Amino acid sequence: MSPHLILRVVSKLLIPMIVVFGFYVQFHGDFGPGGGFQAGVIVAAAVILYALIFGMEEARKAIPPVVARIGAATGVLLYAGVGVATLFMNGAGEPLNFLDYDALHPDQGHHTGQHYGILLVELGVLCTVASVMLAIFYAFAGRVPDIRDEDW
Amino acid sequence: MMDNDLTQYLDYALIAMLLAVGFAIVRLRNLFAVVMLTGVYSLLSAAWFVSLDAVDVAFTEAAVGAGISTVLMLGAMLLTARESEPAGQKRHWAALAVVAAAGAALFFAIPDMPVYGDPNSPANAYVGMDYMDRTPNEIGVPNVVTAVLASYRGYDTFGETVVIFTAALGVMLLLGFGTGRREDEEEDEA
Repeated sequence: MSPHLILRVVSKLLIPMIVVFGFYVQFHGDFGPGGGFQAGVIVAAAVILYALIFGMEEARKAIPPVVARIGAATGVLLYAGVGVATLFMNGAGEPLNFLDYDALHPDQGHHTGQHYGILLVELGVLCTVASVMLAIFYAFAGRVPDIRDEDW
Repeated sequence: MMDNDLTQYLDYALIAMLLAVGFAIVRLRNLFAVVMLTGVYSLLSAAWFVSLDAVDVAFTEAAVGAGISTVLMLGAMLLTARESEPAGQKRHWAALAVVAAAGAALFFAIPDMPVYGDPNSPANAYVGMDYMDRTPNEIGVPNVVTAVLASYRGYDTFGETVVIFTAALGVMLLLGFGTGRREDEEEDEA
């Protein structure tokens, strides 16, 4: 019988809901409070909860630290990539502006370019923040053995 | 106005609880309890931000302050001792004088602050109102905070993302990648 049976069962139920809530915060950020930063922290918190309950080894098997490292760089590159893409997508004679989302889509009446741009940069923020929080947690937790019960 | 009066008492209660938690953090020696109380402090300030209608800030404070940083502080605590050294009995009169002077200056500045919700305050009068007017026509996003953060100030948010990335880079260079192996020790043994 594994220790902390109740914690394990409850967190197994909770972790998917935490991740879904994180994505809700991400994609509902245009309409209510939230956005990439908060969503990234929430998604990272789900993985950290998994690591606290099931141990570092299991968490490293689920999300290897190399994924966190690559994700942190990917998010920054996605954000910067949107900026560079807007530089190149502007028509002739228009001003070249870094992160000028209107250049992403010709439909100016419905601000489609703005919506695409905000969606993409928020995805970059989500990717970087979730990966960075996880990488920092791995860096701290990787230096000590798992928390024993008598530590609490 | 009756409604306004009630939320005012909620603010007083939350600030009183913040003060109590702050004093408890200073007085306690058990670092585990201190880490948990800093999480409580963040959650209380998040509740206070909600009461001030700053929901985006409250959300960030609850997620980062009460969530992630509590876990990271626990991880840092496990690397050190569980109890802090008892502070010396020596009285630092110079430090007390500096704190008292700074506190007096803050109280002196309170009457100059705009009233909460004052439409003529700098935060509500100049560029903030401009964003409120322009966002429906230029961005088309209902949450003005998101429009300012991701579009009008997209360049600043890019900088913040790079700052977060740099923070992770610094931590990983100092503490390692957290792969579970201690590369330096293995090399030393070899």
